[in-house]
Amino acid sequence: MTVKDVVKALNLTVYSGSDGLDKPVNGGYTSDLLSDVMGNASEGMAWITLQTHKNVMAIASLKDLSAVILVNNLQPLEDTQQYSNQEQIPIVGTTLSAFEISGRLHNLLNSS
Amino acid sequence: MKTQYDIEGGNFSKAGFASSEVKRMLKQLNLDIKLIKRVVVAMYEGEVNIVVHAYHGTAEVDVSEKRIRILFTDRGPGIKDIDQAMQAGFSTATEKIREMGFGAGMGLPNIKAHADELNISSTPGKGTQVEIICYIKKDHQNT
Ligand SMILES: Nc1ncnc2c1ncn2[C@@H]1O[C@H](COP(=O)(O)OP(=O)(O)OP(=O)(O)O)[C@@H](O)[C@H]1O
Ligand SMILES: [Mg+2]
Repeated sequence: MTVKDVVKALNLTVYSGSDGLDKPVNGGYTSDLLSDVMGNASEGMAWITLQTHKNVMAIASLKDLSAVILVNNLQPLEDTQQYSNQEQIPIVGTTLSAFEISGRLHNLLNSS
Repeated sequence: MKTQYDIEGGNFSKAGFASSEVKRMLKQLNLDIKLIKRVVVAMYEGEVNIVVHAYHGTAEVDVSEKRIRILFTDRGPGIKDIDQAMQAGFSTATEKIREMGFGAGMGLPNIKAHADELNISSTPGKGTQVEIICYIKKDHQNT
């Protein structure tokens, strides 16, 4: 399943990094603590968070994550989007809470 | 092979820049990907600690046949109690910095978990030195 497939299935909004929509998603990690993600997420995961600043993309890139999913209708800051475009790691968004979107992504990945 | 990076305290927009340079360099050297991943975590946490907690610092990255050694040296407040700083969850980060998602008190534990060696020395009021070593051979044997 690719980021594009996840976007379609969960009705997400693509904000940036659309060149990376074909990246495969192999799992997810939900956290707003940057060092938690640094230490515990792994390559190919989609990162579910409410953090919208640029450091999110630094971590997504260093960890080779597949996408960042912003919750609660939050939108990425301008320089965060630029970083996402440059690294070709999509930032996508949902109106749902972290709990809701995590559950749906989990179901989706387990059923595919 | 030695390279050196400047790290500016308080400059959050550049946090992680040195780490991505190092990641790129290690990939070019064709090192084991698991080893690179471990180094990247340790490097990032050391870099961000200077950005968050210190005024200015450098990272010296030295790659030899046997190991990757990163030496962070900063001017800053230093660490009074290193054992306490090593504890998961301990942080002196301000509320504002915590709102950004830093300050979980997981950075030094992350370094400890991902590097083969971690040595910290600090003079309160002056600055801190953090030495991180990841062995190259050991990683290949594991895979
Ligand atoms: N270079 C440094 N200079 C001064 N103090 C430091 C330095 N590095 C770490 N510390 C001290 O050690 C504490 C623990 O560091 P650690 O990296 O584990 O957590 P943190 O930086 O507070 O949060 P996190 O890394 O999870 O974002 C810090 O809060 C700070 O008090
Ligand atoms: Mg830290």
